Amino acid sequence: MKNLTIPSDHDLEFGSCATRPEGWNRPPHIEPDGEGELLEVAMGPHHPSTHGVFRMDLALDGERVIRLKPVFGYLHRNHEKIGETVSYLAMMPYTDRLDYICSLTNNWAYALAVEKLAGIAVPERAEYIRVILAELTRVINHSSAIGFLIQEMGASGTPLMYAFREREKILDLFEELTGSRMMCNYMRFGGCRVDVTASWIERTRKLVASLPRFIDEFDSLLSSNEILMARTQGMGILTPELAVNAGITGPMLRASGVNYDLRKVDGYGVYNRFKFRVPLGEVGDIYDRFMVRMLEMRESLAILEQALKEIPGGPVQDVKTKSRGLRPKPGEAYGRIEAPKGELGFYLISDGGPNPYRYRVRPPSLINLTVLEDMCLGHNVADVVLIFGSVDIVLGEVDR
Amino acid sequence: MKTAEEIKNAIEAAVPGARVELVLNPSPAAQHSLRIDAAHATAVALFLRDDKELELDFLSNVTGVDWPEREVTEKVKVTRTVAKSVDGPEGEPEGQSVQQVEETVEETRKRIEPGCLEAVYHLFSMEKKHGPVVIRMKTVNRTDRVELPSLTPVWRSAEFQEREIFDLYGIVFTGHPDLRRILMWDAFKDHPMRRDYLEPDDFEYEPTPHDQVLARAAAHAAQAPQNEGAAQ
Repeated sequence: MKNLTIPSDHDLEFGSCATRPEGWNRPPHIEPDGEGELLEVAMGPHHPSTHGVFRMDLALDGERVIRLKPVFGYLHRNHEKIGETVSYLAMMPYTDRLDYICSLTNNWAYALAVEKLAGIAVPERAEYIRVILAELTRVINHSSAIGFLIQEMGASGTPLMYAFREREKILDLFEELTGSRMMCNYMRFGGCRVDVTASWIERTRKLVASLPRFIDEFDSLLSSNEILMARTQGMGILTPELAVNAGITGPMLRASGVNYDLRKVDGYGVYNRFKFRVPLGEVGDIYDRFMVRMLEMRESLAILEQALKEIPGGPVQDVKTKSRGLRPKPGEAYGRIEAPKGELGFYLISDGGPNPYRYRVRPPSLINLTVLEDMCLGHNVADVVLIFGSVDIVLGEVDR
Repeated sequence: MKTAEEIKNAIEAAVPGARVELVLNPSPAAQHSLRIDAAHATAVALFLRDDKELELDFLSNVTGVDWPEREVTEKVKVTRTVAKSVDGPEGEPEGQSVQQVEETVEETRKRIEPGCLEAVYHLFSMEKKHGPVVIRMKTVNRTDRVELPSLTPVWRSAEFQEREIFDLYGIVFTGHPDLRRILMWDAFKDHPMRRDYLEPDDFEYEPTPHDQVLARAAAHAAQAPQNEGAAQ
């Protein structure tokens, strides 16, 4: 890529931006090679690779991407405005619809923010249940994300169906516990809606014991596949400096080698009681993102094993906790968790009324798209599909 | 990590002329915030990012908040001099005299608090693993002076989020490299997240609207606030 003008100051130590030239965090400018005309392509909103309704406005020089502007909002329903018009509890089912693959982690993030705002304590058993559900959700999300990524590479169906086969088993457990497979609406302020049964825990334990076999199968099918390696290694590289500056979070950040996992940093819930490792990438390319997700699934299983073994008895919600008709004192709070896609935060301002004065979602999917252009410039159109797939977004959360 | 008060002092020491106001948060979360003035915002942001002790390299969340004009009722203690008749000695009627006495009374006052738009930034440090530090800026009013300096050149993560605030609240971020609507379509007018936003009256579809429908639509349009100056 001879025409890329990237400032060559990569020897600077990580985190110090002071000595960088102005504009270093902008997408580089690429000159067309001067032969032929530029082609403007609107990729989407209805395109098989866009995971929903998402558009990329591309300028192409032959096959090479010169400019890329993401366009979204097709699914916009002003979720945040709805949040200002309904009570705190009534907003819980709406959060399911943000990232509709991971409804339980959305519930948790919202519950956490309200608990911070109103100062509500959570019983230990509920914290364990939350961890179990969140890690199962992470397995669902990462296996599906990998499945979709491989699908976009042209392997029609097989890996995705392997992922969905396991997802079905987990969704069955969700359905039994919460009454719904995807729109779970399960967490409550200061705990969970219903308790888990001993038989549910036993079956979850059995399922978790069977999952390493699935991951081994998945791993041996994909990780050393020659075509996958050829198409993803060295492709769509994201430097750690830019990743931090652009607020990238989740597996995408860790694939760039930045050790920042909120389960370790904040230790929210009871995460600091479990032993698990944080997988990090080296290069920051698509393959690293794929591999970090693969390894994170294994760590999730390690957490699940510990949590299912150590889960204590007791109530799942203090009976005195006021969920319905909650009126927190005036003030504000920002709560965040490590959702499968990155940092999911909720910012709430209360004026003492029954509805939030301001309800804000910090969507990891949207903010992870900030650097899409930087990663795609100079690559071919076919690779744009892969780079976009490796970001792992859900449009329900991007557009809100 | 430093407390909000210490960060305030550090900013004022490092950035000459910067006015920083501590905004206390009474909720149990106790995430206090710092209101910085728009004129020094970029210098303060650079200090927060590059200071060796704080190193807030990660801007997590950027939010707009709308504070419309409101009437505030408050009780104030007022000391004033009142003329009072005081009894003379032994209660004789001719002994009564009028004296000037000071007394403190509670008085209820009403005042109009001017409206503004606010941008809130939640900062964390990935290097030092601390946070949040909350900074906020507010505009002069809600109608024609809605500019705030963009912090996108300092933290790239503000790029889409500031566009979203511009789109939904109408704050114009000067110095933003690509300030366009992000969720609503380009031809859309008004800013839906404002408290006084009025949804369009287009639920009743008629091929050629007339009479009652037109009258209703006109009455509806008359209620809409006139947000001029904000980029349309």
